[in-house]
Amino acid sequence: MAKAVLKLGDDISTDIIYPGRYMATVLPTETPQFAFIDNAEFNKKLKAKEVPAGSWIVAGKNFGCGSSREQAASCLTGWGLKVIAKNFARIFLQNSINVGLYMVICPAIEADEGDELEVVNGKVKNITKGKEFDTVPLPKARQAIIDAGGLIPYTRALITGGRK
Amino acid sequence: MGMTMVQKILARAAGVPSVKVGDVVEPKVDLAMSHENGALVINQFNEIYQGTGIEAKVWDPSRIAIIFDHRVPAESSKTATNQKKIREFIAKQGITKFHDIRGDEGGICHQILPENGYVRPGTVLVGTDSHTTSHGALGAFSFGIGATEMASVWALGKVLNVEVPGTIKVVVNGALPKYVEPKDIILHLIGRLTAEGANYKVIEFHGETIRNMSTSGRLVICNMTVEAGATSGIVPPDKETVRYLKQEAGVKQVPELFGPDADAQYEQVIEIDASRLEPQIAFPHTVDNVKPVSAARGIKVQQIVIGSCTNGRLDDLAIAANILKGKKVAKGVRMLVFPASTRIYQQALKKGYLATFMQAGAVVMNSGCGPCLGVHQGALADGDKALATTNRNFKGRMGNPNAEVYLSSAATAAASAITGEITDPRTLTTKAVKSGPVKRKTGNVKRVKKGRK
Ligand code: SF4
Repeated sequence: MAKAVLKLGDDISTDIIYPGRYMATVLPTETPQFAFIDNAEFNKKLKAKEVPAGSWIVAGKNFGCGSSREQAASCLTGWGLKVIAKNFARIFLQNSINVGLYMVICPAIEADEGDELEVVNGKVKNITKGKEFDTVPLPKARQAIIDAGGLIPYTRALITGGRK
Repeated sequence: MGMTMVQKILARAAGVPSVKVGDVVEPKVDLAMSHENGALVINQFNEIYQGTGIEAKVWDPSRIAIIFDHRVPAESSKTATNQKKIREFIAKQGITKFHDIRGDEGGICHQILPENGYVRPGTVLVGTDSHTTSHGALGAFSFGIGATEMASVWALGKVLNVEVPGTIKVVVNGALPKYVEPKDIILHLIGRLTAEGANYKVIEFHGETIRNMSTSGRLVICNMTVEAGATSGIVPPDKETVRYLKQEAGVKQVPELFGPDADAQYEQVIEIDASRLEPQIAFPHTVDNVKPVSAARGIKVQQIVIGSCTNGRLDDLAIAANILKGKKVAKGVRMLVFPASTRIYQQALKKGYLATFMQAGAVVMNSGCGPCLGVHQGALADGDKALATTNRNFKGRMGNPNAEVYLSSAATAAASAITGEITDPRTLTTKAVKSGPVKRKTGNVKRVKKGRK
């Protein structure tokens, strides 16, 4: 169980999550400092360590649209943030699976900042509001990568098991 | 059951007789493109090999293309150092398709790939850039991936676990009116589909307007399909594709062309009558916030940008130069022009377009992405409004979250530079520009006769 710490609308682009001007910073260890940097208040809270790991970002449709920059996913995993969205843009979804961001697709989600959320048996429970919402499974094709803990360990297993 | 264009390409690349929507395949990659974000790819690539005792070698150095474009010349020591690391990796791995910061063969990745003949119809192309969708203009299945995904491609030569996407068919008929451009078709389509209307899908383009369009125009249209969420856009290759490959891209042997099956299954069919389109504007801060130019009339702008992988090609510069000839950029407006590649730069120089821009008061910049992604070369002030021929207007995109970016064709941008406010190029030209409409670059492209539906 963890709190929703940031509520966002539809079509949140990677320029909002991780602006292009910080793209020269690439390493997953260095990207978190620029997460949502144009939202000064939230970015400050992250840096002040006021946002516990495991906290939720709740977003509308098409979260992560726009650029293919992987920094937009790695800057969130760096703080241990998780994302519930009505749906995700394609490249962002794949990047997030590849780098191990915890994501939930929940088309009917209702939650406000401060609500306590929990994912149990394929449903999102909003404990504060006393409501439950169905989730949509992540693409089946990608399950093996999720299970391996990301694309790097998955590909590593492929090359060490005999390169094809 | 028949297959769409992309299904056929995927079946070939995966070595299976046929595929259907939702199948999971692992297509072989014909070309893998990266730019400055190659720095992250290299990091992830090395990590894959860490602790394995296997030497980190890319699967095929001749199938990797790396183009410096996003930050050229480097805007910071950090970028310069990233670029240096990439150069060292390229040398070590023997990667041949490398375009450094140079005046003879540099430019934006989505122009460098087609103009050098790196894109072939019927192939699979991936790039660590969302606008990799562009290369569907030449009949390739071309899509954007992230850096870790690319590291895996560099190691394996294939993309893992690709779900075969569904396809939306878009049929465009009718002649484009004067000063209505391919950009206006795609903006209109994005407005209709919305920013997520084609999520996870491919958009396949048909109709006489597309058939009669140059490859340059098709690149504009496929480039922006990602703004509707599409995995890619694609134009079945034809005579024009062959002409472009041979005449403009120096390709000697064009592979055998194929199109979609006649009984291919589409998830949706959308028809557009190009003859009824007006110039279009995408209002801030989403690309699907599209309205006809008449709804934007009178909006004052402080910066005009002509360039980017969408509209920085020779025909864009030609139409803009034609509108600006003998005119002045309005006082208080900064106009920046970025030819998409140095080849285009040199062509525009020879044709006198660059002189026209400078005489009008525009600043001609070097080939590259410029301010499109908000790093350098034209950041906006608080409260500024810009009209750009680029492809994104998200909050903060041009470097300042307190500014606004509007998107249009090159014709609309040039007309607006003269007046200092968003202007329908058709209204300006009737009184201001004497010379007729600019012929699009391709000589053998016929204009469709008016009046046909
Ligand atoms: S011009 Fe803009 S959209 Fe195109 S590749 Fe460069 S940054 Fe991306």
